[in-house]
Order: sequence, then C-alpha cells, then structure tokens
Amino acid sequence: MAKYGRNAHAVAALVREGEVHRDVYVDPEIFELEMEHLFPNSWVYVGHASQLSKPGDFVTATIGRQPVLASRHTDGSIHVFYNRCPHKGVKIASEPCGNTGKFFRCPYHAWSFKTDGALLAIPLKKGYEGTGFADTQASGGLSKVKNVVIYRDFIFARLSDNGVSFEDYFGESLSTIDNMADRSPEGKLAVVATPIRYMHTCNWKMLVENQTDTCHPMVAHESSAGTAVKVWKREQGDSTETPMAVQLYGPFMSPYEFYEQSGIRIWPNGHGHTGVANSIHSNYSDVTGYLDQMVAAYGETRAHEILGEVRHNTVYFPNIMVKGAVQILRNFIPIAVDKTLVESWVYRLVGAPDKLYERALMYNRFINAPTSIVGHDDLEMYERAQEGLKSNGNQWVNLRRLYESNEEQDVTAVINGTSERQMRNQFHAWAKFMTMDMDKHVEAAE
Amino acid sequence: MITEKAITDLIYREAELLDTMQWQEWLDLFHPEGRYWMPLEWQQQDPVLQPSLMYEDLLLLKVRVERLSGERTFSQKPKSRCHHLLQAPRIVACDPAAGVFKARTSYIYTETRGDLLERYSGWASHDLVEVGDTLKIKLKRVDLVNFDAPFGNIQLFM
Repeated sequence: MAKYGRNAHAVAALVREGEVHRDVYVDPEIFELEMEHLFPNSWVYVGHASQLSKPGDFVTATIGRQPVLASRHTDGSIHVFYNRCPHKGVKIASEPCGNTGKFFRCPYHAWSFKTDGALLAIPLKKGYEGTGFADTQASGGLSKVKNVVIYRDFIFARLSDNGVSFEDYFGESLSTIDNMADRSPEGKLAVVATPIRYMHTCNWKMLVENQTDTCHPMVAHESSAGTAVKVWKREQGDSTETPMAVQLYGPFMSPYEFYEQSGIRIWPNGHGHTGVANSIHSNYSDVTGYLDQMVAAYGETRAHEILGEVRHNTVYFPNIMVKGAVQILRNFIPIAVDKTLVESWVYRLVGAPDKLYERALMYNRFINAPTSIVGHDDLEMYERAQEGLKSNGNQWVNLRRLYESNEEQDVTAVINGTSERQMRNQFHAWAKFMTMDMDKHVEAAE
Repeated sequence: MITEKAITDLIYREAELLDTMQWQEWLDLFHPEGRYWMPLEWQQQDPVLQPSLMYEDLLLLKVRVERLSGERTFSQKPKSRCHHLLQAPRIVACDPAAGVFKARTSYIYTETRGDLLERYSGWASHDLVEVGDTLKIKLKRVDLVNFDAPFGNIQLFM
C-alpha cells in the first residue's frame, strides 16, 4: 500500500517538533524512497584517494543501493562511474578494490573501457555499423557520476544532477576531516587495510542517531565498559600505568555531567558532532615522539591547536561518522529497512608513530567489530527498537531532550552535550533531502 | 613428559569447557601472558599493526567472561550457547626439549541465542607452553574461513 511515494507532504509530516514517526525506521516504502531520493540528493562517501594510489586502481561502493566504481586514470585524475557495463548491465568490478591495469574489461562480452570510462573497444565492432549505435548511451562508455568532489583525499559523490553544492552541503563541518588529516605531520591519511564489517539487523538511521546519543554510554555500556573498569580496579595490583585497553574503555562510563559540559555542535544539512570542549578521547597517554613531530611540522601553536581539538563523533549526513582523534570512519550502508552493513575504516596518519595506528586499530576492534562487547550492547538496543517500533500503542519516537520552542533549523550552534538536537537536526535534513525533488514528481503526475 | 596426547587432550578439554560454559575453568587454561586472536586477514602475520576481530590478553578475556553473567548485560538476555565440532587436531610441533607444542584443529562452531543459530567454519591454532606438569595456552589463534564477511554478534569463544 503506497502511502508516501510522490507525496512530499506525507513524508515531511513524519518529522514534527521533537518527534519522528516510527515509519521512518520500519516502513519498507520509506526505505525505497530513501534510496530513490535521499541518497541521490546527498553527498555520499565513496572511498579514500589513498586506495587509488596508482593508475588503474579502483574501489567499489554503493550509494543508496546503486553500485558505483571509482578509478584512478592514467593522467592521475579520479573518476566515479555507475558500476555496470553499458551493454548488458554486468558489474564491471565486483571486488572491493584492485587494479585493473590500463583498462576495464567486461567479463561477459569483452567490451573494454579506459580508466576514465571512455569506450575503448568492442569485439566485432563492425556489427554495430549502421545500427545507430553511436546515438545510444552505450557508445559513451561507462556512465559517469557527474558530481564528484575529493576533499583532503575523501571522495564524495552526489548522484542527482541538480542539488546542493558540496561546499554548501558540508560547509564548516569539513573541519573534522581537516583535523583528522592535520593530525598527520605530513597532513596525509592512508587506508592500508580492509575495514571491520558488522551486519546490523536494524534501520541505518538508528546507528547514525546513536553517534551523538550521549545519554546511553553509561547505561547501555555498563555491561562492557563498566565491567572493564571494575575488572581493572580489582586486578591492577600495584601497576601505575593504565593499559591502553582500559584507557579506551574507561571514558565510556563518564557521568552525565561530563557529557553535558563537553557539548554538541550542529551544522546545517544534518551534520554535527559531540565533544566540543573535550571528549572521551581527551586523556589518552601521549605517544613518544609524536608531539615533537607535530611541532616540527606545524610549529608550536598550530600543533597544540590541532591536537587540542578532540571531537568525539562527527556525523556527516546522511550515513558516515568520522572520529578525528582516533582516525576512524564508520560507513552505515543501508541494505534493507531493517538491515544495515557497517564498515569501520581506520586511517593511518602518514609519518606518525606506529603506536597511534595500533591504538586506532584497537579502538576499532573494541567498539566496531562483530566480536566487540560494546557493539553487542548497542546492537541489542537497535534490534529491540526495530521490534518494539512495530507496536501501535505509540507510533512516535521522542527526541525532545533539551528542545527549545522555535528552535532554528539549518544553523550552526553549540549546545549542551546531552541535547537530542543533533538528532532533530538530522531529521530536519532527512525531510529536506527526501522531499526536495518530490514535488516535481507530484506536479508531473497531475 | 608432555606427549602428543596431552596436546589433543587440552584442545578437547577446552572445547568441552566452552560448550558447558565453564568460563573460569576455561580462563585457567591460559598462561598469564596468553592471548586469544581472531585475525581479519588471510594468513595474517601481525596482530598489532594489522586489523583483527579480536586480540585479547587475560585481562580482557576476564572482562568478557564477567560481562556474560552481568545483571545488566542485555545482549545476554536470553543467554548464548555454543557448540564446537572439532576434527582431530594435527600436531604441528611436540618438542619437550625445546618447549614447543603446537597444534592446528579444523572446526565447525555454532553459536545460538534465542531463536537464532549461526555456524562458522575455520581453524584453531594452539601455541602451548609447559607450566609445571601441564600445558597452558600461550596463543589461541582462530582463523575463520570467511574472516572478512560481515557477521552479526559473535558473543562467545570459538
């Protein structure tokens, strides 16, 4: 039963002041509309340029549910294509990454394409002479995603031809990516390993919301972080140094007051971050030699400025989270209304000591792996919510914490760190990018 | 004198302890410096500077075991159970003079919780050391055949 398709009004009505209707999490039609409208209208993360260091290198990704392919051309430029052969639709690349050599070759009929997408050759080409082939889209080679921006090596794409520009879409929120890259003495990040992958049987937005939910760690993670703190207190004996593992788990148990004062910053278009004044990442042990490297690279003042910025989680709407202080990006990839693939990437700070990479990898497996006890705590909550929301007793999810009447939308603001305002910010953006091209469809249908 | 049978006995004993949820007895099989490692890459060499699913010392394993019975461990309500089906371990090394004892065991592991049941296949590598008259686990390495697949929760031990 179609309730929402071509009905921008009905979709927008799912988001109201401090509440969202449960259909945004459980209705398969809404999920389809997200794939059709929200993801193509948004700037979505595709990959990192360090994965494309040599000509012929490629990575595959999905935007919404559309398969795409990014490649490094012989002239050094990076291109993003729809990952299908223009002939019969066969995926050109099926691996997560690799090197294709000088050209892509479709495994079905051997059509080949340059690494900038141009059609290179078709076997028995004369069979297309006089057929009007030159007038078909296929003759143009791989269909290109036109709107691609590479910012500090992060490759983003917007599938819709028309929409908000990259600069207007992200604005000042790019400062978190800047901070992560600046933490390398060379200002460069590198992907050197595969991500940790973790399948979630819940809607993708539950994961995104949880990134700025500061009232859950001391509750939901009492079982994991709380136990880690307890066991360490009991077992530490006379050791004076807190192990890296305990340093990573411990701050999750910080009290409400800690999160309140650390603050949340929101930006237009649904982006925002926790940990403005300080964060759970503030008090890790220094890594020998690192500060000296940073001071040598940036000077005393700038080095301290970079390292003093310890933002917790930055949500880049719609579906990634970046953690600059531990060099992690989590990609919440929607599979179905109740299924989300989470890929958690670690970036190596080029030129920085190994210890920092070791810590980021450890954090990633402690928090983001299918074997992670913190992950178990969270997924249990998402699964229960996915089930509980089927209840008709109350069809609304409450996001009223620290709501103020006439709250401004699409603004930059710093607020109390236990506010649910970033979630409201996300849902305002959700309604905007869901419906921005729906009205035209409504008119066309009438 | 440690024999090949002592190695296989320990591996079977370990599986039995896990299947019967005798967590403390399982922890007691580890050497104080012991590690449990689940690599994330094919024939991975480095647990520290390459990504892993798990690489944990006894402190972290204790945290896991204690968490399983915690009053507020909601992902264990209801509790998980597991089953190990082991192929006969292959002795890789049994050298009492050098103190080297290693075995590799092919397995099918089942973890169940509520109405869900998941199966995993892989190889367990045991690196053991002699302490007193008995063997202790220095390193248990668990290589899944599909280490890079996106799993749901794996809450117990393979």
